[in-house]
Amino acid sequence: MTQTQAPPQSDTVKLIAPFMNAVRDVLQTMAHVQTRVDKPFLKTDASTSYQVCGIIGFSGQLTGSVMVSFSDAAAEKLVEAFAGAKLARNDPDFADAIGELTNMIAGSAKQHLGGLASISIPTVVIGNGYVVANMHTIPCLVIPCNTTFGSFAVEVCVMRNPGN
Amino acid sequence: MKCLLVDDSKTMRTIQKRVLSALPGIEFAEAGDGLEALCAIAATPNGFDLMLVDWNMPNMDGITLVRKVRETDKKTLMIMATTEAEKVRVLDAIRAGVNNYVVKPFTPESLMERVTQTLAKAKAA
Repeated sequence: MTQTQAPPQSDTVKLIAPFMNAVRDVLQTMAHVQTRVDKPFLKTDASTSYQVCGIIGFSGQLTGSVMVSFSDAAAEKLVEAFAGAKLARNDPDFADAIGELTNMIAGSAKQHLGGLASISIPTVVIGNGYVVANMHTIPCLVIPCNTTFGSFAVEVCVMRNPGN
Repeated sequence: MKCLLVDDSKTMRTIQKRVLSALPGIEFAEAGDGLEALCAIAATPNGFDLMLVDWNMPNMDGITLVRKVRETDKKTLMIMATTEAEKVRVLDAIRAGVNNYVVKPFTPESLMERVTQTLAKAKAA
């Protein structure tokens, strides 16, 4: 994943804190694991570093998408902690659990972003080498996260819709 | 007590079932969206005593399901269990006819508290 050290714009920064808080809250509450949130950076290409991701779209007064992507190890252990059962990566319930974690992170952040928006049903992508292309007009901020289960990232590509 | 769990996430329904299994005599049915829920209600003699309803689901969302149920049923207790937490959403759900509201993520204790509170209030009424 290519990153740049240029500081994000102030409005974009205001979007980050709710997601950082949401990640910590959701994983502590539902998977009983503490999350260390590292310094966000601007993403400049569409490549992904991790093998499992959940994606949720935003529409309404907020537009864009949020992607929560996990290393295989982190996904496996987080799913086990959340669902209460060890699930194989190819089990449909594994994707369901990842989708629900993503749903809760996006939904929990949404209430603190200001403005009313709807979130989509989650889409889960599992595999290697996939590319997720977001709207090029919306800056994409990556929030790297670490837990004792492994690492993951939250990519926030959301903006306030000037038309609403 | 017959309880219908309505959520497109099977994981979430499993968690809710695990928590609420502590309630004496509870039996569960599950539905993955509002349409499935309506079918489950139609297929269950005397309907359900309690429903936990997610908001964002395919085919028919939770708020639409609540409104549809309330067209003919004022008795079944309905609790919205959702990530939607904005005040306007909560008010929409109350106006639609839910008896209570719990925001995800929730601890087992907070879910149980909300359910027992709802049951106690209904019993007292």
